[in-house]
Amino acid sequence: MADAKKSEIRKIAASKTMRKLMADHFYELDRAVKEGHPKVAWCTSVGPAELLRAMGFLVYFPENHGAMLGATRMATETIPAANAIGYSPDICSYLTSDIGAFLQKRTPLRDAYKGIEAIPEPDVLVFNTNQCREVQDWLAWYGRRWSKPVLGVECYKGVGEVTDVHVAGIAGQFEAMVPALEEVSGQKLDIDRLRETVRLSRECSDLWKEVLETAATRPSPITFFDSTIHMAPAVVMRGTQTAIDYYRELLAELKARIDDKVAAVEGERLRLYWEGMPIWGRLRDLAMLFLELRTCLVASTYANSWVFTALDGDDPFRSMARAYTELFIVRSDPHKEKYLEEMVKTFSVDGIVFHDSKTCPANTNCRYGMAQRLQERLGVPSITIAGDLNDLRCYSDEQAKTQIEAFVEQLA
Amino acid sequence: MADRFSLGLDVGASAAKAVLLEGEVVRARSIQRSGADFAAAATACRDDIVTKAGLATGDIEHVVTTGYGRRSVPFATSAVTEITCHARGCYAGFPRAITIVDIGGQDNKVIVVEASGDRRNFKMNRKCAAGTGAFLEEIANSLDTPLSSLNGLAAQATGDVKLGSFCTVFAKTELLKLIAEGTPLPEIVKAAFRSVVMRIVEMDPLEGDIVMTGGVVAYNPVIVDLVSEALGRKVLVPDHPQCTGALGAALIGQDR
Repeated sequence: MADAKKSEIRKIAASKTMRKLMADHFYELDRAVKEGHPKVAWCTSVGPAELLRAMGFLVYFPENHGAMLGATRMATETIPAANAIGYSPDICSYLTSDIGAFLQKRTPLRDAYKGIEAIPEPDVLVFNTNQCREVQDWLAWYGRRWSKPVLGVECYKGVGEVTDVHVAGIAGQFEAMVPALEEVSGQKLDIDRLRETVRLSRECSDLWKEVLETAATRPSPITFFDSTIHMAPAVVMRGTQTAIDYYRELLAELKARIDDKVAAVEGERLRLYWEGMPIWGRLRDLAMLFLELRTCLVASTYANSWVFTALDGDDPFRSMARAYTELFIVRSDPHKEKYLEEMVKTFSVDGIVFHDSKTCPANTNCRYGMAQRLQERLGVPSITIAGDLNDLRCYSDEQAKTQIEAFVEQLA
Repeated sequence: MADRFSLGLDVGASAAKAVLLEGEVVRARSIQRSGADFAAAATACRDDIVTKAGLATGDIEHVVTTGYGRRSVPFATSAVTEITCHARGCYAGFPRAITIVDIGGQDNKVIVVEASGDRRNFKMNRKCAAGTGAFLEEIANSLDTPLSSLNGLAAQATGDVKLGSFCTVFAKTELLKLIAEGTPLPEIVKAAFRSVVMRIVEMDPLEGDIVMTGGVVAYNPVIVDLVSEALGRKVLVPDHPQCTGALGAALIGQDR
């Protein structure tokens, strides 16, 4: 059972900076739509954001909005509206909650940022199916709605080693979308600007990686729950100096915590890995539960997904292609298992929590025996929590709590 | 004197169960309906226990609660999950490597215990009541048959009628078809029992010695026979299968 003594989540001071940056991000997009410039591009979270930014677009990430719908628990109210127009409750609940919110004329942006009434209407929508096929359907819906062009990259799946063939295939698709993007933006691609954007994106990625790696320290200065919040600039601002400055500030704070032996989870006694999507609507509840159990979720595949070590300003198209194909989600099960094995060792993990996310099979890795194989090979025990990223109808608080408490009782 | 008594309270979705230990000896047991008030059900269990044992409530030093209502008992001294308590309670009766199958009111659990008594892993059913006590309650309602008569009816069946659906609602639709076809009631009930067994065997390979616990097993031994048949070997059942969680909680209380 969780300790009766109530614990408090240790606040990260840099959060204040991040909140301002996110506000600036959304106000800038809102202003662009109202004033008609610069052009706005929607982009999937691991899509070619650098290319869009280098071509002068402001970039909006619908998955970020999906996460906000989940975290505010607005999603559970908006999903049925999308279901009603033929988008099944079994498909991505980012998609259904976002389209449902649009149909209901709702957005958490309105509550968070005074003066913003709606999500920013795009001039172009760009997807990369490296995350899943749903992103294509998602952006296509808005493309039809607003009669705006939808461009995309069809990614490989189940990739073992990323070869030159993969890289050439994806880089070719990036290059092929340039003329269409130039037509929308009204300006030619400046390759030097792209090189600089990719360089900035790489620097942001390296700093984000360093932030996440602070959790290898015992006790960890950061939890998975912190990282789901503080990854936002890496998602929506990579390719800008602003994101780099932010992660320098955050990293300095975490290094100071390490020096002062300040733990994110007071009295940390167990260290777990989270595999799968966050349960956005229950982040705080779960953070409190793990805190009271003195158990730190030190690392996750999810937060690591915005680490792009292959990005190289000298070779922008090919390095973007490699970086966006090296992603965990694109890879084969043997590669994923090897990756998780490294994570278990790097972060001295006692066990793994697999989240079986009902509507996100692409980010669910426990449906083909992986948990059992890892336990057999590494002796790392695990549990599987049934839930969902946004649709709380698929999640049982009590059952999840019992499983987590029982797992901690088993490991402690 | 007082510290010799340990009360384990398993406040489950359907029933509250209590076991009072004096040292290693079980002094009393109690089972009450949980209803809508977990605290009241736990209190009723405790009061029944102290009456049976001829004690005062103050004589009990440790009250360890478990089950879904474990945090709702104001007089609890600590709370532990039912996973841990079932493992402890079963291992007390079968001190060797065992795999526990607990069929509860609203969830099923498979718990693998090492020969040392340490827990290796556990699984719970997905967020669905198919294959649990709640499923059988639904079936009994649909058939307008008392829950307590299901086992007797299933024991009379000789055929091999099956239900194919995962889902309780779809299974009930299948029942309608069986009723429409004139399938005898005992065969329909046994088909529902087979459905419960299918939900169990698909949770885990169920290796080694299997111990079955829970209220469903306590009142429906035909289900144990069907699991034995499915696994091709005899399944073990403790003397009081509904009370193993409470026993485990009481034993944990003794350790504290």
